[in-house]
This record gives sequence, structure tokens and C-alpha cells, in this order.
Amino acid sequence: MRLFTLPVSSAARRVEIACRLKGLDVERVEIDLAAEKRAVDSAYRRRNPQLKVPSFEDGTLALTQSLAILEYLEEAYPEPPLLPADAAGRARVRALSLSVACEIHALQNSAVVQHMVSEFGIETAAGGRWQRHWITDGLRAIEARLADGGATGRFAHGDRPTFADCCLAPQVWNALRYQLSIEPYPTVTGVYERCLRLAAFAEVLGAPPS
Amino acid sequence: MKLYTYFRSSAAYRVRIALNLKGLEREDVFIHLRQGAQRQTGYLGLNPQGLVPTLVDGDAVIGQSFAILEYLEETHPEPPLLPADRAGRARARQLGLIVACDIHPLNNLRVLQYLGRELGLDEEARNRWYRHWVERGFAALETLLTGTPGTERFCHGEVPGFADLCLVPQVYNAGRFAIDLSPYPTVRRINETCLALPAFADAAPEAQPDAE
Repeated sequence: MRLFTLPVSSAARRVEIACRLKGLDVERVEIDLAAEKRAVDSAYRRRNPQLKVPSFEDGTLALTQSLAILEYLEEAYPEPPLLPADAAGRARVRALSLSVACEIHALQNSAVVQHMVSEFGIETAAGGRWQRHWITDGLRAIEARLADGGATGRFAHGDRPTFADCCLAPQVWNALRYQLSIEPYPTVTGVYERCLRLAAFAEVLGAPPS
Repeated sequence: MKLYTYFRSSAAYRVRIALNLKGLEREDVFIHLRQGAQRQTGYLGLNPQGLVPTLVDGDAVIGQSFAILEYLEETHPEPPLLPADRAGRARARQLGLIVACDIHPLNNLRVLQYLGRELGLDEEARNRWYRHWVERGFAALETLLTGTPGTERFCHGEVPGFADLCLVPQVYNAGRFAIDLSPYPTVRRINETCLALPAFADAAPEAQPDAE
């Protein structure tokens, strides 16, 4: 089992955390994305025509898209489960995960920020504003979702980590890296702190960003 | 089941197709995105992000189209919209998520409005932005559809599924921005195959009661 990643990729970290929670031994392969982009053809481009991370392989199966990889892991290695047992609960966890993946991360990953700079000459400062806007907007909505209703427990859904925590924790880590205050999101903050007490999260996310 | 929808929302369009394919009745509640109905308090209570669609099924209130699709697949498994084998399911989700995570979030209405209002991009620049993400995503889809096994009449296999019901609304959007689809013949072929099915045609924006 191999995971192709970059030093700090929030999408790849989702998968890495999930593998650790499931006790799976996954080899981490860091790729040189700049070199891959220069190459007209490369093994990595064939693996991942979007030239993004993560890519994942398990035997003959090759996959991209972190949420598709999480679903695969849950089906192939069901213990411990990272989705709740009931359909409504699973829907809630998936919606929370997608709120991070589609409404925050998708808007301010490195490909997007680089495009803003190279194509539109939007300076880094404006890029910073852009990133902060979508992180703030997204975390506010997630806080509303987590604070409203009884399904939130010690983690985003119940008392065990799920996909939602695998997605949320790396995003909160990123917010801290941009020196955003997470104080307006007390439920999110509580979940994040409890995640970091688990080795699977702490080992992947490492030291708090400075 | 109640679906909070807007005729032109491509995320709502995905869910409409899925409901039609599964033969499920729905009651539509129209949320007029251009008039800001998604930011009114009542709707924000259901969907704090102010996005459509939201599906309400009994006590379950579900946002995020892809989560709704998975929910429908689990609660109404027939006809299946995911393949029977694990690798096939992974591939179908991967193809669908390329649209749902890497094209559509960058091009939805609130993002385009922010680019104009906050970053001062004029309409021509915003259109360029739009086309860039569609072209990049479609190029990846075309490569995967032609280069990895599983593509048949539909994105994965002989029956429509998750990947198709993400692809068709995105092709519709591409049409609104006059994007040249000739570099993506497989995407185009699958789109045409899908649109010949009533479940897809009936879900199209212009077929909705709130179409303008």
C-alpha cells in the first residue's frame, strides 16, 4: 500500500490519518510536483492526470481523490469503522467531510493559489485574503453544524473519529498555519484538540504550525 | 422526500438525476440563488453554508450533493448507482469527485461573485477562470475515461451511475460558457448517451418548474 503525497498536503493527510486509525501500514512516497509538471509524460502523470496529491495504490488498484480513497479504505478495511452505523449518521459525516473538501480546501489549495498569481496577477497578499475568506466562511458553517444538535460528541460525530475528523483536523491545522484564530469556532476547536490527543492525528500533523 | 433546489444549480441537478433514476418521488422547494434566498434565516437553519441542494427525508437533513447521493444509494439501493465491485465503486466515486471537488466548487455562483466583487475581476477574466477549471478537469476525466478500464456506454459500465450524474450537469455548465468540448470526445459521447434517458432529460435545468 503506497500513498503519494507532498510534505504538507491537507488532502493527503486525510488519507494518512485514516490509514493510521485503521492500523494499516502504508508507505509514504513524497513526489517532486514541480519536476512532474515539467515532464511531458511521467509515471506520476499517468497515475494522476490532474497532477495532484494524493494518489493511492493498494495492490493493482490505483486511485486518486482523497474522499474516494477514504470510502475504499472503509470498504476494504472496515475495522475500526470511520463511518457511523446508521444511514443518517453516515450522511452527516460525509456532508461534514465534503464541507471541508469542497467548500474550503478545493478553493484554496496550492494549484488554485498558484493559478491566481500566475494568471491574474493577484498578489500573494490578496491570495492570503482569499484563503482566509474561504477558511473562515467554511469553518463558520461547520461550527454551526457541529454546535447544532446532539450528534456531535467528543469528535465531529459521536465519540470516535470518523471521516469528518480526518478531513477537519488537517484543515484546522492549515488555518493555524495562516495564523487564523479558531476561537470563534469553539466546537471545532474542541474536536481538533481531542483529535491531536490521538497518535494517528498527532503523528501525521506533527508539531503545531508556527 | 423534500429537495431544496434551484434549476441551474449543478449540484441539485445531480441529485435530481439520482432521484429520477431510482424512481423516487420528491417535493421541490425552490431556493432562488440569484435573489439570495439561500442566505435567508430559515434556509440557513437547514443548511448553514447557504448552499443547495438540501435533502430532507423524515428527520434526516442532508447537505452536500455527494453525501445525498451516498445516502440515497444506501437507503434505496435499487437500481444501484454504484458498481457491485469495490474497485469499480472506487473508480466511479473518483470520477464523480473530480467534478464535484475539483471543478464545480471553483465555479459556483458565490465564488464568481467574490472574484468580481472582492478581487475586481471583470466578466472576461471571470469567464477565463471558469473555463480554466472546466478544461483542466475535463482533460483529466478524458484521460481517465480512455486510459483506465471500466468505461463503456457510461463512465463506468453499461448503466448510469455517480460519475455520469456529476458529469452531465458539468457539461451543461460548460455549454453555458461556450467551452469547446472537441478535446474531450468521450466526455461528450457519454453526455449524449445520458441525455437520451428520461431520468437525465427530466432533471435538466430547463425542465424544472422554477426555470427562467
